[in-house]
Amino acid sequence: MHVTTDFPAAAKKALADPSLQAALARMRNGFVTARATAVARLPEFEDLRDRAQAIRDHVLQNLDAYLERFEANVIAAGGQVHWCRDAAEARQTVLNILRQTGAKTFAKGKSMVGEEIELNPYLEANGVRPIETDLGEYIIQLRHETPSHIIAPATHVSKEQVAEVFRAAHGHLDVGRPLETPDSLLAEAREILRKEFLSADAGMTGANFLIAETGTSVIVTNEGNGDLSQTVPKTHIVLAGIEKVVPTLDDVSVLLRVLARSATGQEISTYTTFSTGPKRATDMDGPQHYHVVLLDNGRSALLGGQFHDMLRCIRCGACLNHCPVYGAVGGHAYGSVYPGPMGSVLSPAFAGIEAAKHLPHASTLCGACEAACPVRIPLPKMLRAWRDISFERGLVTQRSKLGLALWSFAARNPALYRMGAAIAAKILQKPRAILRLVPGLSGWLATRDFPAAQGKTFMAQWKAKRG
Amino acid sequence: MTNADAPRTPPDHPRVALLVTCLVDVMRPQIGFAAVQLLERAGCIVEVPEAQTCCGQPAYNSGDRADAQKIAKDVIEAFAGFDYVVAPSGSCAGMVRAHFPELFANDPVWGPKAAELSARTYELTQFLVDIMGCKNIVTADASVKTAIAIYHDSCSGLRELGIKAQPRTLLKAVPGLAVRDYSGSETCCGFGGTFCIKYPDVSDRIVTQRLADLARTPGNLLLGGDLGCLMNLAGKLSREGSPLRVFHVAEVLAGGTDGASIGEEG
Ligand code: SF4
Repeated sequence: MHVTTDFPAAAKKALADPSLQAALARMRNGFVTARATAVARLPEFEDLRDRAQAIRDHVLQNLDAYLERFEANVIAAGGQVHWCRDAAEARQTVLNILRQTGAKTFAKGKSMVGEEIELNPYLEANGVRPIETDLGEYIIQLRHETPSHIIAPATHVSKEQVAEVFRAAHGHLDVGRPLETPDSLLAEAREILRKEFLSADAGMTGANFLIAETGTSVIVTNEGNGDLSQTVPKTHIVLAGIEKVVPTLDDVSVLLRVLARSATGQEISTYTTFSTGPKRATDMDGPQHYHVVLLDNGRSALLGGQFHDMLRCIRCGACLNHCPVYGAVGGHAYGSVYPGPMGSVLSPAFAGIEAAKHLPHASTLCGACEAACPVRIPLPKMLRAWRDISFERGLVTQRSKLGLALWSFAARNPALYRMGAAIAAKILQKPRAILRLVPGLSGWLATRDFPAAQGKTFMAQWKAKRG
Repeated sequence: MTNADAPRTPPDHPRVALLVTCLVDVMRPQIGFAAVQLLERAGCIVEVPEAQTCCGQPAYNSGDRADAQKIAKDVIEAFAGFDYVVAPSGSCAGMVRAHFPELFANDPVWGPKAAELSARTYELTQFLVDIMGCKNIVTADASVKTAIAIYHDSCSGLRELGIKAQPRTLLKAVPGLAVRDYSGSETCCGFGGTFCIKYPDVSDRIVTQRLADLARTPGNLLLGGDLGCLMNLAGKLSREGSPLRVFHVAEVLAGGTDGASIGEEG
């Protein structure tokens, strides 16, 4: 997975982008309120979270066994399973399947793993045309962008920008057509994409869950595009991370109940689709070939280590929606297909801490992510763990290292600390012009006043009064 | 939460060590004195250990575990022997209560010591209400002209220590004061300790959002329990020319709102 390193610069750019900021303001209110309302309506929500966590924990303890059971049941249903160690193997595997079936066009449902392995450019370079069928994915495909949110990939795009890119891409349609309303945009996308579904040689979906006891892949969508991607073309490829497996249908029903509420505040997503193997003789329709491409790409290395719990993630996006930093800068600033708190834990794991060194620091550690996470992943603790690793490997700036060393030295020498504190209490009383010279304060002072210190430290006053 | 012990029944006059916190020490000692007053009114014998400096949170949150551990050991020693340790900050109390045991999770010597300190360390309002059973800690000198106070729950206090009701319970007893939440009460203000130094512009955007939330709730005071967050909010409010006056909850409970608020010329 590819991560661009420069969060500080990207964040600055994002803050200065008015259309992005308007989109983020809409998103912030929408998702958070919707989740809160849904949770308030379900008294057993906290219990469900406990059960969801327990299911995911149990799977991770027995991942090998459930994956093997899943594979056996896929084969029993007439499908095939392909194990891929890394992104390159997964891309190659998908291409091989497409070549075997002679596919030239490829209808894709939304898949974050597809983004993770950067499948589209690879397929294009090899003569296959991928067509994103999820509206959000379609929009960003036309704009040559990566997703900015794991469940709402085009959340950063305004409807005016969608109209603009549709006019450019759908040149055969009447130039004078109205495209002001979301409905008109949706209708146009539907019109275009329907034709693509019907003519695509192969289809792909991600998987929200893989069910071991039945060999089933499960997707949830709100557009129904995934259903068409997987049932109409003659080949269905499922692309999923190895951690997506769960034992039983009952387990999936628990997870579905927390997933939709955490993600969008819906009780259940509009479409929940279960696919088991290719079309049987008695089925009305369905694909002739059913392939599951299972991707490791760094996941198994997390098992049993300090980031083990991260593998519980069901990709609901709640941690992004509740993150104040994500809400201020949006997904692209993170430079990774996985943004926000979950991404800042996963990106260093998948791309290396050197490439992703800024991300664990791109957080106020406010804990809103953990509080919202349906499977209670201790995200702040893991961000700190990456900070530890990054500090150990010397990936922090000399300046912050020096600052910390001085601070820590003083903190360990009370007499020295008292002197420093007394001087600080004097200086921090001064007007802005002088405060600007204090290292680290100029950024704050650019947009905020710095409340003045009262002049004498507590410790000095206490000593004079009572000591 | 990591502390193992359920709250014990306190002695009538427990010996309480005040963990002053570095921000209160340097920026606004008045909060420390307010905390001492409240604790004494509640019947505690308050001491301020000389050897205290900082809880080590800057090192801990920056990935400097070795220094965080060294500082934590000093804190454990400085606060040994007291019945309770109380801080006028959810963030610093949270550091000791929730994170010290994590810092020494695999240490057979310091692990138990950290757990023991964690179990008797509290944030001020949490201690007064949950341990000392206070409901009304206000005396006649808490003078507040009829006012509406908006409360901001700081993240560490709220999510690491579960502090929500306690400050509101205590503020209810202040005559003339009505306490309200606003839509941003539980959302980060953007301070984040070293975060606001590292990413001042992102931090500023977050606090700007809180100001927009605040503008939708009428009120004349903004109160909270963590000086860092309050300085951030007060600094932005004053730059924007807002008349909202900002105080630490302890200041209001101990002495009212006649004095200079955070960021006001004193
Ligand atoms: S970490 Fe938790 S909240 Fe974030 S996407 Fe994963 S499951 Fe959802």
